[in-house]
Amino acid sequence: MSGFEITRKDDEKICVLHLTGFLDAHTVPKFEEAIQNLIREKKYCITVNMRDLDYISSAGLGVFMGFIEEVRENGGDIKLSNLSQKVYRVFDLLGFPTLFEIFNDESEARSKFNQHD
Amino acid sequence: MSKPKKQKYKLKISSITENLEIIREFINKIARKAGFSDEGADQIELAVDEACTNVIKHAYHFDSKRMLDISVLVDKEKIEIIVTDKGSGFDPDQLVVPDIPKYAHEAKVGGLGIHLMKSLMDEVSYSFNPGRRNSVLLVKYYNRKSA
Repeated sequence: MSGFEITRKDDEKICVLHLTGFLDAHTVPKFEEAIQNLIREKKYCITVNMRDLDYISSAGLGVFMGFIEEVRENGGDIKLSNLSQKVYRVFDLLGFPTLFEIFNDESEARSKFNQHD
Repeated sequence: MSKPKKQKYKLKISSITENLEIIREFINKIARKAGFSDEGADQIELAVDEACTNVIKHAYHFDSKRMLDISVLVDKEKIEIIVTDKGSGFDPDQLVVPDIPKYAHEAKVGGLGIHLMKSLMDEVSYSFNPGRRNSVLLVKYYNRKSA
C-alpha cells in the first residue's frame, strides 16, 4: 500500500479521522488540512484512529503538537486510538503518551469524550 | 544468521518529499538483509527519513532540481548511512528540542526529527561545509540497543 488517505466520520460531538498508509513529510499537508478544517468548523473533540497507519515520521507528530493547544483552549482534545506497535514506539520515543491520551480502541476514546458531558 | 562481509550501496535521488517512500524501502531492505530485526530496520528507516527530510527542507529548501546522495556501508558490526548534500547547511543544534511539553506550548513543528534520530541510532554526527558538502552520519550496531 502506498500513499496516504484520510476518512472522516462525524457524530454530533466527536469527529474521527481515520488514517491509512504513510504519514511523512510528503503526505503531512493532507493531515494538517484535515485538522485545520475541523478547527475552522469549531469541531474540537477529535479522535485520530491509526488502525491502518503503517508509518509515521516526525512530520506527522509535529501536526499533533502544532494544534493541540488551540484545540484544548477551546475545550476539546485530540485523542489517539488503535496505534500499531510500530507507530506507538515513535510516539513513545518523543514522550507523547504523557501529553496525549492514547486508547486501544476508538470506542474508548469516544466514551472518554462523552464522560465530560 | 551469519553477518555479511562489507557491502556498499548508493542511492542518488531527486530532493523531493515524494521520494521519501523509495528511500525508506531502499534502507529497510538493506537493514533487513544485513540482519537487523524488523524493529531495528524500522528504526533505521525512520532515522534516514528524518535525515533526508531535513536536507530537503533546510538545506535545499524544497528545490526539486537538487539531488540527495545516500550511501550505506554494512559490515560485521554495524550499518553506517551517510546522507550528503551540497546545500546551504543548517545548524542542527538550533533544531534540538529536549523539552517536549514546552515545545507543544510554543507549537513549533520542526526539530523533532533530530531528537528522533539521536534516540533511534547509536551515533549521529554532522559535518558542514556549506555550499560544498554537508553530511550527516548515522550508525547503528547489531549489538547495542539505541531506542
